[in-house]
Amino acid sequence: MMAWDSLFLVPFLSGLLVAGALSAVGVLLRLRNEWLAALGFAHLAGASALLGLAIHVPAVLGATFGAAVGAVIKAIGRFRGNSVYALMILGGWSITLLVAANTALGSVIGHAMVEGQLYFAGMGHFMAAAMLAVTTVAGLYWLMPIVIRNRFFPGHDAANRLPAWRWQLPFDLLTALGMAVATATVGLMAAFALVFIPPWLAFRSAKNWKQVLVVSVGFGMAGYIAAFLLALGLDQPFGPVLVALLLVIAGVIPMRSRSA
Amino acid sequence: MSQPLLVAKGLVTGYTEPVIGPLSFSVGPGEVVGLWGANGCGKSTLLRAIANKARIFKGDLEQRPGLTLAWQVQQPVRLDEMPLNGHEYLRYAKASREAPPARMIPWLDQRIDTLSGGQFQLLAVWAILGGWADLVLLDEPTNNLDPEGQRTLAEILKTERGMRTVLLVSHEYGFLAQACDRVIDIAA
Repeated sequence: MMAWDSLFLVPFLSGLLVAGALSAVGVLLRLRNEWLAALGFAHLAGASALLGLAIHVPAVLGATFGAAVGAVIKAIGRFRGNSVYALMILGGWSITLLVAANTALGSVIGHAMVEGQLYFAGMGHFMAAAMLAVTTVAGLYWLMPIVIRNRFFPGHDAANRLPAWRWQLPFDLLTALGMAVATATVGLMAAFALVFIPPWLAFRSAKNWKQVLVVSVGFGMAGYIAAFLLALGLDQPFGPVLVALLLVIAGVIPMRSRSA
Repeated sequence: MSQPLLVAKGLVTGYTEPVIGPLSFSVGPGEVVGLWGANGCGKSTLLRAIANKARIFKGDLEQRPGLTLAWQVQQPVRLDEMPLNGHEYLRYAKASREAPPARMIPWLDQRIDTLSGGQFQLLAVWAILGGWADLVLLDEPTNNLDPEGQRTLAEILKTERGMRTVLLVSHEYGFLAQACDRVIDIAA
């Protein structure tokens, strides 16, 4: 089968690892009502990837650096609510388009970041995706109980004089790393779709938290595999195919009636 | 006599300006102490001061070294989507000290966003009481509770006497008198 040709194996596996990691991180972002953070970090990642390419830094490294800087600024600035993410989105969008308009390869690469350049993913992307997957499993094992506890019992840290940054900063950095690697691998909106749609479906349909994780990661990875094969078979750009497919599946799967 | 967990001496607390005080009281190990006062008199502000979320203007608030606190805010966090069941909610709250009261057992397999306001309130209070903190702060725990729920909560608190140290504020004097070892009138 064409999709399993060795030429596509590395891109396929890179994207699969990214899909699993983002679908898992997304459930905590949704629980904290911070899913817009993912789009903010993705825009910063896209912009810094392009800026990095202008000085010959690999896109994965440039993207990770920019998103990580965004996470640190958010933590230091102690911003609350979604305003800081809106500023990240606007700033990232502006820089991306300005760099794209003023550099030789910028326009092509800018389009690739938005539409997804999965089929051009190489060993660098695969290594970054593997590192993301391992970091996500280890990070969520440690962070998940703390994040959930602080979401439902927000006074606990302050009452015991425990600084919130001890878990907030690592969580933001994990999100930033995930969105950076994903933006450089599957594209900006595909990355956002993977972090938003599977958790959205899981929150509405699961009976408990364990199921939320299984449904979200399962749906994210299954949707990714289907989109990969579909886009390849129909010779379509990967990003839009993934987003459309996730939306269609999320719409047709019977769900408990819950508002989004 | 055991060292008190908390001692307030001439305490004046508030935010940008004083809200309540001066107050003097102490809470000893194993006591269930009620703080009573009318709505708006600053009861919640006093709990917030103990939980390091309000400013102390005058006086002292001494905590026993190494004291751990659990604080149930006036309105427990209730999200539109909460895809955890009761078991998971209690587990993430680390409420593993003892089994929940029998009345709550049937709720534990349900998603917590399907519980009624009163059921969720009782579960949220138990999530704090069932934990391991040395001192439990409860802010208006009777909110959303019908008379049956209030009786259940009072029974839970009565069984905690001598075992848990609890400081709770409420505007309902009858409930405090029923549930607590002693009641302090902070408006007096």
